[in-house]
Amino acid sequence: MDAMLAIEGLGKTFSVHQLGKRIKACEGIDLAVAAGEFIGITGRSGSGKSTILKLIYRSYLPQKGRAWYRSERFGPIDLFQTSERQILYLRRREIGYVSQFLNLVPRTTARDSIEQAALEVGMGSERAREEAERMLRHFELDEELWDSYASTFSGGEKLRLNVARAMVKHPRLLLLDEPTASLDERSKGKVRELIGKLKAEGTTMLGIFHDLRFMEGLCDREYGMGLGRFVSDALPVAGAPP
Amino acid sequence: MAAEYDVSALRVEGLWKWFGPRCPRCSTGREEALERNYCPDCGTVYALRDLSFRLFEGEVLGVVGESGSGKSTILNCLYYDMEPSAGAAYLSSFEGGESDVFSVSAQAKRTVRNTLLGKVYQNALLGLKMGFSSISNVAEKLIASGDRNASRMEARAVELLGHVNIPPYRMRENPEFFSGGMQQRVQIAKALSNNPPVLLLDEVTTGLDLSVQAKVLDLVKQIQRELGISMLLVSHDLGVVRMLADRTVVMLNGKVVEAGLTDQILEDPQEPYTQELVHSML
Ligand SMILES: Nc1ncnc2c1ncn2[C@@H]1O[C@H](COP(=O)(O)OP(=O)(O)OP(=O)(O)O)[C@@H](O)[C@H]1O
Ligand SMILES: Nc1ncnc2c1ncn2[C@@H]1O[C@H](COP(=O)(O)OP(=O)(O)O)[C@@H](O)[C@H]1O
Ligand SMILES: [Mg+2]
Ligand SMILES: [Mg+2]
Ligand SMILES: [Zn+2]
Repeated sequence: MDAMLAIEGLGKTFSVHQLGKRIKACEGIDLAVAAGEFIGITGRSGSGKSTILKLIYRSYLPQKGRAWYRSERFGPIDLFQTSERQILYLRRREIGYVSQFLNLVPRTTARDSIEQAALEVGMGSERAREEAERMLRHFELDEELWDSYASTFSGGEKLRLNVARAMVKHPRLLLLDEPTASLDERSKGKVRELIGKLKAEGTTMLGIFHDLRFMEGLCDREYGMGLGRFVSDALPVAGAPP
Repeated sequence: MAAEYDVSALRVEGLWKWFGPRCPRCSTGREEALERNYCPDCGTVYALRDLSFRLFEGEVLGVVGESGSGKSTILNCLYYDMEPSAGAAYLSSFEGGESDVFSVSAQAKRTVRNTLLGKVYQNALLGLKMGFSSISNVAEKLIASGDRNASRMEARAVELLGHVNIPPYRMRENPEFFSGGMQQRVQIAKALSNNPPVLLLDEVTTGLDLSVQAKVLDLVKQIQRELGISMLLVSHDLGVVRMLADRTVVMLNGKVVEAGLTDQILEDPQEPYTQELVHSML
């Protein structure tokens, strides 16, 4: 297996018991991400994009298909069959996830929440502190906010903090669910810059983006959700000769 | 040798607790014989029915469920406040996890309770001696765990009470005059005094003001992070479990209806009961 992540025949249907309803979120998804590759997923709202990432991260219970992942610690494994304990280990050490929604640890300061994330991957406390500050500075969070509870932050500040928490770990595989939605142009640029940095370091990324043009030059291939296949290869590198 | 992420601190197998005489109909263990957790023929209440789970080292395992689902009964059995009707439990810190802690000698049980477990009671009246100072309450557990040195015990009690933010000038007061949040914090100090590898927490925040709840939760989070103690966290509040637990077990009528990663239980609950529980929270 060459791919860092290979999804085969993934499908998910939710059963909402009270309403006696079944909702098919996605079906028959095949998609492979090579090591170091950055794949962008696009598609209309409700087409099942977030569901794919949540299944890989196991926030949703897998139902159909396989998700082969080449773990540093465990070797090639199917994330859909892996024990909960192993998943918790992988979330700490190898697989990062930036949610479309703001899910920050309550009652934790911005600085602490990034620092804790860094400590989880085994960074020394001094280094974790430095890295946390570097992230806070990179995302241009006001120094006054560093030691405030993130719950009081604006939407955009929270989102930047979310991204910082995931990225400070330099994960092996990073799942991004619209990490730039609702950010202003400047903050978007900051996220893009870090994505570029992680890509240069070899992080494998699978990201949902409303507008992939913004990731031009970074994103290697585009997967069109409604179509169930890759719609474009190697998006043009901005500024490259035609 | 299990890998470091896969070592269980506590393993419970086939735990049963019933109150009542049992009759031929309900003792078959068949679901149809009962109304919820109750046998209408003989009046036996089945508080726990064939419960099994593992608590991993350094993990917080949430136990949620409605009132009467059996949550406190699990902790009562594990802390020897109550005798289980059937089943076994193994602590990795006791005889290498080889011996069922329910079936050892009375003396061994005292050792387990006093040196390997700490418990915070749902009702502080059960967890604390209200007529004794906070320092004495903590020292009581230290004495039970084998300490005999008065000045060392006092120093340790003061340290622990300081850790849970009981101001020094109040440590000699009896907890009966404390607020609910302070009583819970004294209970936590007491439960931690013997450095237990496993902590049993029964509704640590229930009945407290929101701001006090938050402080107690911060404390639990901090303890978990700094000491890496494994915790069985019983709560009917999914918000508490969301904040603290890695994995969660959902109980109904004495049985586990669903178990999984906490975010999975909250975002993609499978069972009708769990869906109702989660949706009623949101
Ligand atoms: N000593 C007892 N004698 C008889 N029945 C009991 C006894 N202790 C508990 N029960 C019954 O066992 C069942 C489980 O009780 P338990 O206290 O474990 O519930 P719980 O889940 O902790 O509820 P709560 O959320 O209200 O604290 C209930 O039906 C209860 O009435
Ligand atoms: N936890 C859930 N329970 C029930 N239905 C869900 C759940 N998550 C997603 N869905 C449904 O699955 C479909 C795909 O959702 P989603 O993956 O969030 O779409 P996208 O990210 O592409 O906008 C939608 O119809 C959505 O309502
Ligand atoms: Mg989405
Ligand atoms: Mg109870
Ligand atoms: Zn009966």
